[in-house]
Amino acid sequence: MIQDDLVPQHRKLVSSYTLVDRIFRRVITTGGLFSLVILGLIGAFLLYRGFEIFSDFGFSFITGEVWNIGDPMDTSTAVLGIGAMLMGSVITSVIAILIAVPCAIAVALFIEFYSPRKVRLILTAVLDLVAAIPSVIFGIWGYAVLLPIIEDWSVPLERWLDFIPIFSVPSGIFGRSPFLAGVLLALMVIPIVTSVAREVYSQAPRDLIDASYALGGTRWGAIRNVVIPFGRSGLVGGAMLGLGRALGETVAVYLTLNLVFDINFRILGSAGGNVASLIATKFGEATEYELKALMAAGLVLFLVTLLVNFMASIVVNRSGKII
Amino acid sequence: METPNLETKEVINSNIQMEPTVMNDTTRRNAENLEVKGESGLETRGVHAWFDKHHALADVSLHFPENTVTGLIGPSGCGKSTFLRLLNRMHEFIPKAAMAGQVLFEGHDIYADDVNAIDMRRRIGMVFQKPNPFPAMNIGENVVAGLKLSKIKSDNKDEIIEDCLTRAGLWNEVKDRLKSPGGSLSGGQQQRLCIARSLALKPDVLLLDEPCSALDPGSTLRVEETIVQLSESMTIVIVTHNMQQAARVSDYCAFFLSDGGPGHLVEADLTTNIFSNPKDTRTADYVQGRFG
Repeated sequence: MIQDDLVPQHRKLVSSYTLVDRIFRRVITTGGLFSLVILGLIGAFLLYRGFEIFSDFGFSFITGEVWNIGDPMDTSTAVLGIGAMLMGSVITSVIAILIAVPCAIAVALFIEFYSPRKVRLILTAVLDLVAAIPSVIFGIWGYAVLLPIIEDWSVPLERWLDFIPIFSVPSGIFGRSPFLAGVLLALMVIPIVTSVAREVYSQAPRDLIDASYALGGTRWGAIRNVVIPFGRSGLVGGAMLGLGRALGETVAVYLTLNLVFDINFRILGSAGGNVASLIATKFGEATEYELKALMAAGLVLFLVTLLVNFMASIVVNRSGKII
Repeated sequence: METPNLETKEVINSNIQMEPTVMNDTTRRNAENLEVKGESGLETRGVHAWFDKHHALADVSLHFPENTVTGLIGPSGCGKSTFLRLLNRMHEFIPKAAMAGQVLFEGHDIYADDVNAIDMRRRIGMVFQKPNPFPAMNIGENVVAGLKLSKIKSDNKDEIIEDCLTRAGLWNEVKDRLKSPGGSLSGGQQQRLCIARSLALKPDVLLLDEPCSALDPGSTLRVEETIVQLSESMTIVIVTHNMQQAARVSDYCAFFLSDGGPGHLVEADLTTNIFSNPKDTRTADYVQGRFG
């Protein structure tokens, strides 16, 4: 046992950097902080412009189903709430993710484990290309091509499943429904989720896959036993990234969804909502007060997507440590 | 078959610098106990391997008699591991890998069109260089992972787990914590867990690719004891860089070498002959540590 007075003090550790190192450090730090500052400024701007709305309506701005300017001269007659739009954003995004994730898993597994090399290169290029298609193109295509197809599917779905509330359509009007918007969003999100899924699956430990084969496992056995458990949390992260994109999508939803200020869960009917589309729709002819409300709606959307992406990065960072 | 005499290991361990003549007396079986039993076991005929354009292994013909241990020795890059992976068709999982020749298992070519490679691998098990228990499974689940992968139903999983862990020499160390993750074991224990995992499928042949290269001497000894015990009931092929290990566990040794070109078989014989009286001077130089 060493005597207490013989235990030395901790030495002070000084690191000295070269000039190049210091300059590089500054540049990098500035760049890193810059993106944070931009993010903060956007949030601050939206909060500043929309603050009046939050103080006027409080929580009912988020839950309310009515969007009525009232007398343009008298702001106290306005009743503004984005509840229906917010719920609509969630519903369309959830539909998109429910469709996109299984497809993305299948595509990623095919590319990584089954496809011949040439097919893999082509498929990867095509998926990158799809990710780069402007959303307005998706919107137009969705309206012109996908809409009739989805309508054809919706009618029998409603007929056979209308005892389940979400599939019933009391209005009898199909067309520009949350289901259509969800399917379209799924198509837009699949490349993102696939790309993340491929990335995680490609990092599945080769020695464990070999071990599965050596134990008489089939390729599917190795995938189920090793690759999918390994990629699970990474995939959740990818799905969240896709969800973030789906929540914020504007033009494609604007073209394929009827905005109706009424919270409903009937996904086949021609009535739904989406915060981003609401902003795009109302922005052009908004009164000054309504503009503030749109800013406030933007802030809510901003916070929701930020939260989703934040959760995604947490989950993605955990990826690989579980296994 | 004579029970392997484990005491000789002690002698070898304490005589790392031993003379070849001493080795002759201490290798674990004598020539008269080893008789080739007809067509049984595993045999290769004129086997070659390529990785894309690279010719990695040329013209290897070897016979592995039933219930014997064969050591594959040779310097790095001589194609031992490639050869081992050809014996249960793991070679073909490497992109652009190719092979030629025949691998006969019980007289039948495992590369023949009518052979189901997946069923074949259940009978020719493999243990890898780096211990690789499945991290998402606990110790018990790891042992029966092969049954799960092969969709083999069994009512007596607990018995299988105990039996395999016992034969792999791990039971006493883990019997109280079968529910802990496989990754919580030490490296040597993990490797014995991987051996137990292979045993659950009741293989006829066990291929070991430098199973002790990542282990400390104590764990190495335990694994070697396991190998010697297992060889009473199965054919074992082991790749090793450790000459003492080859001498301790193997009945036969095959010396591979690559002199710039593809790796090839220089000499294969009883381990006693390889160490005491090799026919090729390169073999003598290698086993006596003059190169490699």
